[in-house]
Amino acid sequence: MNGSEREYPDASAGSFPEPPLSFTDREDREIEVRPYEDGDLESVVAMYVDFDSADRAQGIPPATESRVRDWFDALLDGLNVVAWHGDRAVGHATLVPGDDADHELAIFVHQDYQRAGIGSKLLRGLLGHGGANGVEKVWLTVERWNRAAIGLYESVGFETCSSESFEREMALRL
Amino acid sequence: MNLLLGIGGSEDSIRALEKTVERAKTAGDELTVAIVDNPESDRTPEGIETRVRDTLEDADFSATVRHVSGDPGSELVDLAEREGFDQIALGGGQRSPMGKIQLGHIAEFVLLNSPVTVTLVR
Repeated sequence: MNGSEREYPDASAGSFPEPPLSFTDREDREIEVRPYEDGDLESVVAMYVDFDSADRAQGIPPATESRVRDWFDALLDGLNVVAWHGDRAVGHATLVPGDDADHELAIFVHQDYQRAGIGSKLLRGLLGHGGANGVEKVWLTVERWNRAAIGLYESVGFETCSSESFEREMALRL
Repeated sequence: MNLLLGIGGSEDSIRALEKTVERAKTAGDELTVAIVDNPESDRTPEGIETRVRDTLEDADFSATVRHVSGDPGSELVDLAEREGFDQIALGGGQRSPMGKIQLGHIAEFVLLNSPVTVTLVR
């Protein structure tokens, strides 16, 4: 489905907190969410190179370091936020602009830091960062068996706009 | 091997055409290219046929080219069964701006319904 056909909710999903944000996760770790900066590259690449291949979705993140670098470089056209535990990057979320004044969203949390509430904060921080930078329409696809991710997206206001394919497509208006 | 390539004009189907022609030539396979009507593609069936013939000519390889009307997924599956093809090849999906692979509706249908092996070309 291309962007001009996609149906967005009429109402705004509301406002989201703008990063930097800090919080304590469910494992008592101090986590900070900040907009991506140039000096963050190596830490983020290191997170993705170490990423559990079972957590890959629809071919991303790529499996090898050189392909991770190429892929991540292309994301820098968009808006990016990173979750940090000290100087270790443990999560990353991105909004990549498309052709129809919309942005595609993706979020990844390193396997050592999942199920600790980080994804929810990171997602909200990304939407806050997007809202502050004029993003209005956000969409994503998620594998339809990934109930945890679908629940997370619904919790911030994403609505399903197509579920006929292997992937469920969801959209949100900021 | 007797190979059926379905092509509807999307970018991944064009890439599948190029790779499959090359592969069939190397392996000595018999190839039939079935041009289907993909509503998700901007290319016309005539435009696709020109592209197919150019690719075959460049590769110095001959294949049967035919047009298939009706629902692309079910027509490909029926054709493979009816005419005893060993394998169906299709484009392996488009990438979103993010880089996520998204399978088209034709590929999804063929994967789930084909009686023979399906190759998704990346």
